[in-house]
Amino acid sequence: MDTLMLSRLQFAFATFIHFIFVPLTLGLSVLIAIMETKYVRSGDETYKRMAKFWGKLFLINFALGVVTGITLEFQFGTNWSRYSAFVGDIFGSLLAIEATAAFFLESTFLGVWIFGWNKLSPKVHLLSIWLVAFAANFSALWIILANGFMQHPVGYVIQNGRAELSSFIEVITNGYGWNAFLHTVTGSWALAGFFVVGVSAWHLLHKQNIDFFTKSFRIGAVFALIFSVAVALVGHRQGNIVAEVQPAKLAAMESHWVTQKNAPMYLFAVPNSNGEGNSVEIGAIPSMLSLMAFNDPSAEVKGLNDFPKEDRPPVALTFSAFRLMIGLGTAMLVLGILAFIARHQPAESSPRLLKLLIWGIPLPYLALQAGWAVAEVGRQPWIVYGIMRTKDAVSPIATSQVAISLAAFFVIYILLAALDIFLLAKYARSQPH
Amino acid sequence: MDLGTIWFVLWGVLWAVYFIMDGFDLGIGSFMPFLAKNNEEKRIMYNAMGPFWDGNEVWLITAGGVTFAAFPRTYAVMFSALYTPLMLLLFALILRGVSFEFRSKVDSPGWRKLWDTCNFLGSFLPALLLGVAFANIFKGIPIDAEGILHGNLLTLLNPYGLAGGVLFVLLFAHHGALWLAYKSVGDLHDRAVALAGKLWPIMAGVIVLFLGMSFAMTKLFTNYLVNPILFVILLAAVAGLVLTCYYRRAGRILASWGASAVLIGTTALFGVVGIFPALLPSSLNPAFSLTIENSSSTPMTLAIMLGVALVFVPVVIAYQIWTLRTFRHPVTKEDLDYEEAY
Ligand code: HDD
Ligand code: HEM
Ligand code: HEM
Repeated sequence: MDTLMLSRLQFAFATFIHFIFVPLTLGLSVLIAIMETKYVRSGDETYKRMAKFWGKLFLINFALGVVTGITLEFQFGTNWSRYSAFVGDIFGSLLAIEATAAFFLESTFLGVWIFGWNKLSPKVHLLSIWLVAFAANFSALWIILANGFMQHPVGYVIQNGRAELSSFIEVITNGYGWNAFLHTVTGSWALAGFFVVGVSAWHLLHKQNIDFFTKSFRIGAVFALIFSVAVALVGHRQGNIVAEVQPAKLAAMESHWVTQKNAPMYLFAVPNSNGEGNSVEIGAIPSMLSLMAFNDPSAEVKGLNDFPKEDRPPVALTFSAFRLMIGLGTAMLVLGILAFIARHQPAESSPRLLKLLIWGIPLPYLALQAGWAVAEVGRQPWIVYGIMRTKDAVSPIATSQVAISLAAFFVIYILLAALDIFLLAKYARSQPH
Repeated sequence: MDLGTIWFVLWGVLWAVYFIMDGFDLGIGSFMPFLAKNNEEKRIMYNAMGPFWDGNEVWLITAGGVTFAAFPRTYAVMFSALYTPLMLLLFALILRGVSFEFRSKVDSPGWRKLWDTCNFLGSFLPALLLGVAFANIFKGIPIDAEGILHGNLLTLLNPYGLAGGVLFVLLFAHHGALWLAYKSVGDLHDRAVALAGKLWPIMAGVIVLFLGMSFAMTKLFTNYLVNPILFVILLAAVAGLVLTCYYRRAGRILASWGASAVLIGTTALFGVVGIFPALLPSSLNPAFSLTIENSSSTPMTLAIMLGVALVFVPVVIAYQIWTLRTFRHPVTKEDLDYEEAY
């Protein structure tokens, strides 16, 4: 393996691990802020205990989110130095804004929130968790706008051998980036809803702290349903945008080979290995792909055969990740509805439903990871869509260095992630104080 | 001043602020195993850094982000040429970061020992590596016209680099001892003050040595000789060094810590001013150096980023000072009973 392949593996591994922890931070911070707001408004101590109980899980999760994020910030320089030099004029400023406008706020006020229960007035303490929740989601906006530039570059000119900023406004109003942000955030909030519902269901199944976990369940269920619907709607819009700006990715997502009008969608398909078409296609829904991509059943959808081979993304991976995400999204909708119906008396519902809801916790995690795989693998072979190829972006460094750091990443991240998940499970099963 | 120069200065100041802020918690971590007598004292130390360490570390992310935004080629070459030391630094910071959260989560001595070790390594190694890296940058690193490093980790471990590493470890430990003294009472407070007292003369000696080596082995003083007004920075460093000792003896610990902050900040600025207008001087050929001229972003990006910095950085400083004030009280035994304490 060469430096390029190892760097890709390392980057993909590091972002995927980072993104195990990010979505819970994004959504649970908001849920905790809502719980604490209820406490400050009503004076009901249950809500304070709730903020503390879920807060503990939040903090365990947050710790790994922070430490895995720091390495990412520097990996553009370490492994993608040619990329960094090429787009730094645009990309670097978004990252710097993320740090100054969001990370400081997030980490400083999280410290205030942890240590401030007895030192601050309830209102100031409440403000600190709202600031954390805002900052976490605000940081997501900047990083996804940065990613949005890689997916759909706007507001630049190629000059002096690099991409130079021509319109900052265009860069930060990039429709691709904004919609991807909304899609990621709604998915993450749904994830947090399912997390709270699932953990509460576990306690209710064991008939523990019924009142406490019924209230938690109710808040989580409302969140899970609202945002499962929202993520699907925003996702549909994302599909429209991809169809417009990245036709090769769209074709790979659907394993669609031949350019045609009234393009069908297959319930089941297997792309063949020689990269010419599908070996299996079952259950065609006529015109569905045209309809999904362009909101018009007769629209023409470009097929992979019309792209030069060197411009096509890996089809099998993009296609299966996309299918996985859609399937999981559908499952989340069903579970969300069931949880919503059960929300008033969840302790009375059937043990089977409660068990199902516990098993619902991993679904949004998988959907989010699959979603990023679609977005990032589907963008290949480009690192910046249409203007820079991934193979031209890698740093001129010794392969051995990257091999060693990749091995270290594997060992350290897997150990830490396992410990973190162990601690999360341990404290999720503990009794609230 | 043109935009490039303004950003050069801000770049130096950001690194200096990072060293000042994270310096005290990296310092506490690197002497903790030697100063703490028991678990309770360790917990006081963890909680003395508790509300601050993460916010402090964001200065590193910001310094990195600003390097990327304002000087993309410097960012690209600096971190790919220094690949291995940077990765070591990041892994060390990872271990340290999780140790805060994990340590108190399982009640077993073996578990705590594991995270104490991680906290120590994750504090000592970054202090050392940052010192080695910055001393090498001050001296110039062997990069060619393509930004490729001719050498390896061992190339960086030259006498001047090592002196920089030792200097940073001492500066941070001294800074941390003063912070701990400020945040503790009784016996631990007294021992922290005594530690700062013991470190001071060694630190002063290494500072003199480092300045001498800088004079003999680097070109850092060229800018100073052209613009003697710049010697103000060295005067401020000397004042910081003297005052931190004076205030400590007078029992004014916070003032002593402030003087130590001035010392750390000016030590960093001393080198940054010396390499101007390069950000990453090449020791192979000055023409290969990365400078304001050949590595900065476009004026449009620099102007936008300046606006962002002028709005946000003062706000950040304001709320971080508010946080330092809110949690200024010494950590006592009662604080350790607090449910959320580390
Ligand atoms: C959708 C949101 C999202 C995405 C795509 C990413 N991150 Fe992230 N990141 C967050 C959302 C987030 C967060 C929710 O804001 C975190 C998680 C835990 C935390 O402290 O903040 C965070 C933490 C975090 C930190 C630590 C901040 C601190 O010390 O407080 C850094 C340096 C990064 N991230 C950098 C990155 C980079 C360089 C990414 C690109 C590959 C990236 N993140 C992807
Ligand atoms: C702003 C956010 C992001 C940026 C700037 C970014 C940037 C990059 C870069 C530079 C690469 C290396 C080139 C390559 O191998 O394709 C890459 C690859 C990759 N990224 Fe992202 N990424 C971002 C977010 C994410 C997230 C959140 C994930 C998932 C959790 C992710 C998953 C991947 C994967 C799987 C690859 C490997 C793709 C492949 O090699 O085929 N990325 N991305
Ligand atoms: C059910 C209907 C859904 C549709 C139609 C849909 C659509 C899409 C599309 C078209 C993309 C690729 C866009 C690109 O490359 O930019 C995408 C990416 C993504 N999806 Fe989905 N999605 C759905 C459900 C979900 C669910 C349930 C989750 C998670 C809980 C999720 C999380 C993501 C993420 C994180 C990305 C990458 C970020 C992005 O590009 O927006 N999606 N989705």
